[in-house]
Amino acid sequence: MNAFRDIFLTGLLLGGIFALVSVGLSLQYGVARVLNVAHGEFIMVGAFITFWMLGSINLNPLVSLVITGPAVFIMGLILHKTLFRRLMDTSPSLDVFEGKSMLASFGLLYVVQNLARIIWGSDVEGYNFLNSTVTAAQIPLNRLVALGFVIVLGVAFYLFLARTRLGKAIRASAQSPTTAELMGVNIHNVLAICFGLGLGLAGIAGSLLSTLFAIQTSIGLGYTVIAMVVVVLGGLGSITGAMIGGVILGLVSSTVTFFQPSLTMIAYYVIFIVLLLSRPKGIMGK
Amino acid sequence: MKTIRMTRNRGITLGLLLIAFLILAFLPQVTSGYVITLLIDILKFAILTVAWVVFSGPSGYMSLATAAFYGLGFYIAAVFSGTFPFPVLVIMAGAVAFVVALGVGALTLRLRGVYFAIFTFALVLLVQNVVLEIERVVTETRGRFVDTVSTEGVYYAIFIVFVLTMLTAVLIRRSRYGLALQSIGEYEEAAAHSGINVVRTKVLTFAVSAIFMGMAGAVIATRRTYIDPYIAFNLNTSFLPVLMAMFGGMTNLAGPVIGAALFTYIGEILLTRFPDLYMLIFGVVLILAILFMPNGVLGLAQRVWRKIRGGRRAPA
Amino acid sequence: MRLLEGEGLTRHFGGLAAVAGIDFHVDQGEILGLIGPNGAGKTTLFNLISAALKPTSGTISYQGSQITGLPPYKICRLGIARTFQTVKIFAHLPAVRNVIVGSLFGTGSRTSGAEALRIADEELEFVELSSLRNVPAGDLTLAAQKRLEVARALATHPTLLLLDEIMAGLTHTEVDEAMDLIARIRARGITVIMIEHVMHAIMNICDRIVVLDFGLKIAEGTPAEVAVDEKVIEVYLGEEI
Ligand SMILES: Nc1ncnc2c1ncn2[C@@H]1O[C@H](COP(=O)(O)OP(=O)(O)OP(=O)(O)O)[C@@H](O)[C@H]1O
Ligand SMILES: [Mg+2]
Repeated sequence: MNAFRDIFLTGLLLGGIFALVSVGLSLQYGVARVLNVAHGEFIMVGAFITFWMLGSINLNPLVSLVITGPAVFIMGLILHKTLFRRLMDTSPSLDVFEGKSMLASFGLLYVVQNLARIIWGSDVEGYNFLNSTVTAAQIPLNRLVALGFVIVLGVAFYLFLARTRLGKAIRASAQSPTTAELMGVNIHNVLAICFGLGLGLAGIAGSLLSTLFAIQTSIGLGYTVIAMVVVVLGGLGSITGAMIGGVILGLVSSTVTFFQPSLTMIAYYVIFIVLLLSRPKGIMGK
Repeated sequence: MKTIRMTRNRGITLGLLLIAFLILAFLPQVTSGYVITLLIDILKFAILTVAWVVFSGPSGYMSLATAAFYGLGFYIAAVFSGTFPFPVLVIMAGAVAFVVALGVGALTLRLRGVYFAIFTFALVLLVQNVVLEIERVVTETRGRFVDTVSTEGVYYAIFIVFVLTMLTAVLIRRSRYGLALQSIGEYEEAAAHSGINVVRTKVLTFAVSAIFMGMAGAVIATRRTYIDPYIAFNLNTSFLPVLMAMFGGMTNLAGPVIGAALFTYIGEILLTRFPDLYMLIFGVVLILAILFMPNGVLGLAQRVWRKIRGGRRAPA
Repeated sequence: MRLLEGEGLTRHFGGLAAVAGIDFHVDQGEILGLIGPNGAGKTTLFNLISAALKPTSGTISYQGSQITGLPPYKICRLGIARTFQTVKIFAHLPAVRNVIVGSLFGTGSRTSGAEALRIADEELEFVELSSLRNVPAGDLTLAAQKRLEVARALATHPTLLLLDEIMAGLTHTEVDEAMDLIARIRARGITVIMIEHVMHAIMNICDRIVVLDFGLKIAEGTPAEVAVDEKVIEVYLGEEI
């Protein structure tokens, strides 16, 4: 019974983190149509900026979110305005654009990862932050804090999409770019903002992750893979789907890890592949 | 007039190919060391790139499974190293890759566009982890050792596989399968309703292209002495051929070969001169290539050539 | 003689019954018109016949045998060819290569490359596109692309040809040419089912007309009969038939 509770709680906490890691990717693909293989690299960048600011000016990691998020957001804006915008203009069809943008993002992966390695080296880094446990369930405090942040972010993001003008424009563009354009939405700006937001969320996720796990300039791809699994689980492009998918994957992960840790990765991929074959539109898709 | 020019062009092409073939065939007699090592690398990537282009070029299905079949070749060579002679290992690797690709293709080739790409991407990682786990449970080690073969032996093996790959690629392009694949890439639904068995065409070509990836893996494994799942199933092996094909251009088969050769050579120079910047520069080049050379270096060269000649004639 | 017969054909999309239990048939040598307002289920019916979609229920038989559940390429090789409402051509291939695809793969018997090329050129001639044979299909006008699709379908040597709105978006002269083309197709002994919104064309060419509305067959008969049918007039209220 206790084991069951532990598995459930660990899974839930992990799920929140997975959701956070994935929502950004879902946004990038769902609206901007970029399947960004370099997504995880920006998580890594967020984590290292946080780690570096903690070391240099002793900035609280939770405060540095306010810096990493916007900083990475701006990187995303610039990338979209230069790189992906041009690809979009030169691609004859959406399929071609998706293929090319995915490849370009692979190039981006190399660039970001190696720049980071030149700046921060390739050692494993980490710091202790709020890792006393909450007595009742033996749950580390930092995980609870991270989960709290994820929930707040999720709600804020939901409100942003549902209530604000920009949020509505984004949803309209996700449904149908042409209609959105007819309604007077500047589609190129919206796409750039969505891509930027997706990356910004990755940056924030990185800040939070650095409070929980050791970091290294090579951690990016692992998170990209997790994000892809989650996003396929929830349906490519569905924000709610990504949230639910994250929690499901978290639960799967904690369950499998409990019985046989070395099978965790295999479980991810098996779920991923089976889902892709049986329900390519995701668990939420019709 | 036009036909005369065409036959003369064809004659020149064939002549050049023959000369290239002879040079490559006799090279180990006159030189050794660095040149041969570099050529082995170039031929390896040329095989992977051409094999990738055979299927993904015309069909438009972007496969990232190359590393899976290539790695399979590695493991065939490692597991049966010492049991069978080298040529048998290579043939076995091709056969196994073919069969596995048939299965994978039958399962996945109904996925479209980006879904197919991420599926094949995940496949490589799945196989990597499964092999890792099997090794952990069964052999309780992480890696394996492979009997080495002389550099010259490896060179000839990879050269023969390369020639086979090129011949197959040309044959497929010229055959009805080439046209079928092309029309699938243009409009799959219309192809199906015009009488093309789209499933069989896709799965079979996918599997044929995997043969050469597997063979290349088995040959190169013997140069490694030690392999583990991270070396064998490396995602770079999936991405590099795609980049090389894009870099070289895919309108004809010379493109991928040129792309592979240039890319490998430049990579080699970068790696020796600026090892820290190698992957960084590689990424930048990749992005620039995608942005500014939609038809690859070959397309770029053709465009420049036409400009020089004053663009008197429309492209054929 | 019955060439094709559908019984109780039904196809749902989620909660929507795009085709709801339709019985229909085509006789050998006939031109059958399929009309109905937008969204009536006409294209869906074509998709069911050509196996682009699987029916939710119901059966289709062709020349006396069941063909429900066969893959599209087999349907084509059995002699049922089609065109598409929104043209689906191989845009980067020259016109003649588009047609060769049909003659090379669609005839049901093994065709040599030379033979396929000969058939393709014949069909291009037939639809009057010979002069554009080497132009990439994507560069042709809409009217030419529609005729190219017809040529590709004809190159598979069909017994039954399904034409989905080949006159939509064409000018008056082009519509007349298309009518002439259909007459010449019939003269070759090919049976035709055509979906069309251009009423005078339908009324002039067809031997028989089936009218669909909301997935149901609401009328069937000769053009003269259909034109005075009360249900049809109601559906097409205000339009001239
Ligand atoms: N693949 C599909 N998925 C979901 N709904 C579909 C699909 N194909 C058709 N429908 C729906 O089925 C109904 C019938 O569509 P269909 O295309 O058969 O109409 P149609 O009679 O050909 O109309 P039109 O004259 O406009 O071409 C429509 O409501 C359409 O939205
Ligand atoms: Mg229709």
